[in-house]
Amino acid sequence: MAKHGRPHPYIPNSVPEVKREMLRLVGAESADDLYREMIPERLLMGRPMRLPEALPDELGLRRHVESILGRDVTTDDYVSFLGAGCWRHYVPKVCDVVAGRSEFLTAYAGGSHSDLGRYQANFEFQSLICELLGMEVSGIPTYDWGAAAGNSVRMAARLTGRRRVLVPRNVSPARLSIMRNFCASAQQSAGLEVEEVGMDPETGMVDIADLESRLGEDAACVYFENPNYLGVIEAGGAEISALAHSAGAESVCGVDPISLGVLAPPSDYGVDIACGEAQPLGVHMHAGGGSCGFIASRDEVRYVAEYPLRLVSVAGTSEPGEYGFGQALYERTSYMARENAKDWVGTTTALWGITAAVYMSLLGPEGIREVGETILQKSHYAAGLMAEIPGVKVPFKGFFKEFPVTFTGTTVKDVNKWLLRRRMLGGKDLSGEFPALGQSALYCVTEVHTLEQIDALGEALREALA
Amino acid sequence: MRVREYHAARWSEPIIHELTSPGERGFIPPEAEEKIRARVGEASELVPASMRRREKPGLPELSQAQVLRHYLRLSQMTLGMELGIDVGVGTCTMKYSPKVNEDLAQMIAEVHPEQPEETIQGLLQILYEFGDVFLREISGMNAFNFQPPGGSAGAYNNALMMRRYHQVHGEPWRDEIVTTIFSHPCDAACPATAGYKVLTLYPDSETGLPDTEALKEAVGPRTAGCFITNPEDTGIFNKQIDEWTGIVHDAGGLCSYDQANANAIMGVTRAREAGFDMCFFNLHKTFSSPHGSSGPGSAAIGVTEELEPYLPVPVIVKRRRRYHLDYERPLSIGRVRDFMGNVQAVVRSYAWCMALGAEGIREAAEVSMINNQYLSEKLRRIRGVSLPFGGRRLDQARWSLAKLKDETGVGVQEVNNRLVDYGVQSMFTSHHPWLVPEPFTPEPCETYSKADIDYWVEALETVIEEAYADPELVKAAPHRSSNHNVADGGFDDPARWAMSWRAYQRKRGDER
Repeated sequence: MAKHGRPHPYIPNSVPEVKREMLRLVGAESADDLYREMIPERLLMGRPMRLPEALPDELGLRRHVESILGRDVTTDDYVSFLGAGCWRHYVPKVCDVVAGRSEFLTAYAGGSHSDLGRYQANFEFQSLICELLGMEVSGIPTYDWGAAAGNSVRMAARLTGRRRVLVPRNVSPARLSIMRNFCASAQQSAGLEVEEVGMDPETGMVDIADLESRLGEDAACVYFENPNYLGVIEAGGAEISALAHSAGAESVCGVDPISLGVLAPPSDYGVDIACGEAQPLGVHMHAGGGSCGFIASRDEVRYVAEYPLRLVSVAGTSEPGEYGFGQALYERTSYMARENAKDWVGTTTALWGITAAVYMSLLGPEGIREVGETILQKSHYAAGLMAEIPGVKVPFKGFFKEFPVTFTGTTVKDVNKWLLRRRMLGGKDLSGEFPALGQSALYCVTEVHTLEQIDALGEALREALA
Repeated sequence: MRVREYHAARWSEPIIHELTSPGERGFIPPEAEEKIRARVGEASELVPASMRRREKPGLPELSQAQVLRHYLRLSQMTLGMELGIDVGVGTCTMKYSPKVNEDLAQMIAEVHPEQPEETIQGLLQILYEFGDVFLREISGMNAFNFQPPGGSAGAYNNALMMRRYHQVHGEPWRDEIVTTIFSHPCDAACPATAGYKVLTLYPDSETGLPDTEALKEAVGPRTAGCFITNPEDTGIFNKQIDEWTGIVHDAGGLCSYDQANANAIMGVTRAREAGFDMCFFNLHKTFSSPHGSSGPGSAAIGVTEELEPYLPVPVIVKRRRRYHLDYERPLSIGRVRDFMGNVQAVVRSYAWCMALGAEGIREAAEVSMINNQYLSEKLRRIRGVSLPFGGRRLDQARWSLAKLKDETGVGVQEVNNRLVDYGVQSMFTSHHPWLVPEPFTPEPCETYSKADIDYWVEALETVIEEAYADPELVKAAPHRSSNHNVADGGFDDPARWAMSWRAYQRKRGDER
């Protein structure tokens, strides 16, 4: 590095002598000469970039970034009741240790011998999530729940040859926006049509009568969520699947896997394609960067053939009793089939899948039930406490982890400001997304919240509304 | 230089389900406090009867040390970039991810994406400045957004912006895109997912690039745009690229530049001057965020002024020294991912750029390019190796072992299986179709020293010498890796494939 007169620690061959020797060996005078051989003069930048002064010393760099990010509030500093697709759960230390291992953190596209452990960990994620879901096939996870839902409804459309996708109004609007993008097409007549199905305003569940009236011979699938975006457990899941099937449509359901120690697996209520978000399983929120979507189904050729994901399959090797791994029906994927592939696949969220595998292994059948029970009890306690406050209503019963809270005589915005001053992050404002719910906020209470924190929230709300 | 007598860890590790020991447990979640339990009662009563889980899930039962040991063993049987010399894994830019950046990224681990803006001004500042200060200068584009959570998602995002643009401009009939066969497969697959018909241009056998005339013939009134990687996967830079974008523009289309891997051209040549309307950089490649065994990654999408209104929401804007998340963008495509994307990757990439500055970033580009010239010089001298198409390559090159295969029967797959016996990661071959027979695509980015490159070449040369001397030895490889050859895995056979332990038990449980 000319400026500081010393090589950069990230660039070994920036040592001037080494660089000169390499240039000599390739018969060039300078990098510029080589570039001019490959790139026409008119496209060369021709001036140094104008960027901030470098901070090549590690301590200086650390201080610089810490001085910026250190100003921020985290959910360690303030008690957060935010959820809405990204949730704070406790991350066991072993999850962090495995996720931080150099080998998993920095591997990418190595072969199935030299990266045997990565393949096996991918396979174990698939195996473990399938146990929670009651399914037999899953793949390396995709970007997030929204992408998983988008891929799932496209799978259903290809399976049925139909173009209408029914989605109830109690799903996440952000996810719905992602799904609408997946469903639309540049071919004016070829896109999938997303049709909204009503929500029962009393229960927050799917309006079954409305669903029934909309199903028909052109419906590819019903996509619903359990628990849905508003936290409500979809008690009529079996009925929804049965209605879909009677119309020849697929039943597609998005689930929160941390609920599956206490909630029935989607296979129990007739779901054909399950999808959802694995971030609750041992992955930090990372300001939304912890998302990790999964897709799963029964092990039937017609489903397997429609997956866009990489599907890791276990096999044997030339050595008896030894495991080897490979990818099933790899020719489906965009790496092989380009524009003829089933959607596309790419670099997704394998590290979070591995981390989730560690989480599921740590918790086991008892732990996953217990964490679900704690979440149920704490969230219902919080909801009960809030419902007693004058000016506060909790409209829906039968929820898991999240529930809307409706305020009268004030706005969510004002309530959240009040809470912020008391070092609390109030629930997500739903007044824009669900105007029918009035001034409502989506509160999230998990196993991380203590009795004291919940009581303090109740106290603060009581004061805010007094 | 001598190759090492490496041996990979070989733990013969069972599948985690086989390690189960009934009653053991690895973790105890917090319980609800007594007062809470007294108030709300049994948890199961809080679930509608129809939705209660009746049977326990078949998760394994292990104590904590046993779970940790299992996954540490799996990690040991994974040759991550930090342990190897990943020169062979081209198109992936296997560069060093500075460890200090892991600490910095961890600072946002417990931040919720829906926190009030005033509580995350620091994070928003980094996101804004990384785009507005660094990537704008590096690309010449006008605005950036980090919502696409991987490179292919970046290409998909750009296809959606293209689709929306033509709809808004009253030309929804534009339903064709053009790409080249040596552009990444996502440049075909992602527009296809968005509904586009894909026209693929094939290269001239001399230059390795499609003919400009072929592009002229491919475009027309239905052209929505092009999706092009440059340098292409071959490492060849299309010198007519500005003419190409001009041809597409003249036909009324938009141009999307796949810069997933821009390692040799940072500070050298830019998307703006080449005439592109949109581009994307993979932060997990060029900008050092770790690959994570295949994600989470991040694509930074850059656009010109004209395309800025179409960016996914939210867009981070700066008003009166405060940063805001702007959702009020009527022309936006909406969302391609929930929240703001994999922002931890942006924090790392920002730190990487700050550690290097303008000169350092340019130096990284130059050294990666020189490294490739040096590697090429050495590879050229190895028998059985050839470089189809003429001309110098930038950061990587697509070589062929066709001659080796002809002369010994040993192809690139067998070479890869043997290479790992020397502690060298399997090479990336090529995306499909294999226009270059028995391909491999090394990319010696700036992370690797001259000695690293020398070792890597020595390992490859050793394997090739073995192939000539004793082809059966190579064909039976690996010998010192974590497991043995998977000759017939049944991966396309529904009766044998197994994507979960329960499926394996059902189909092949008797084999154990």
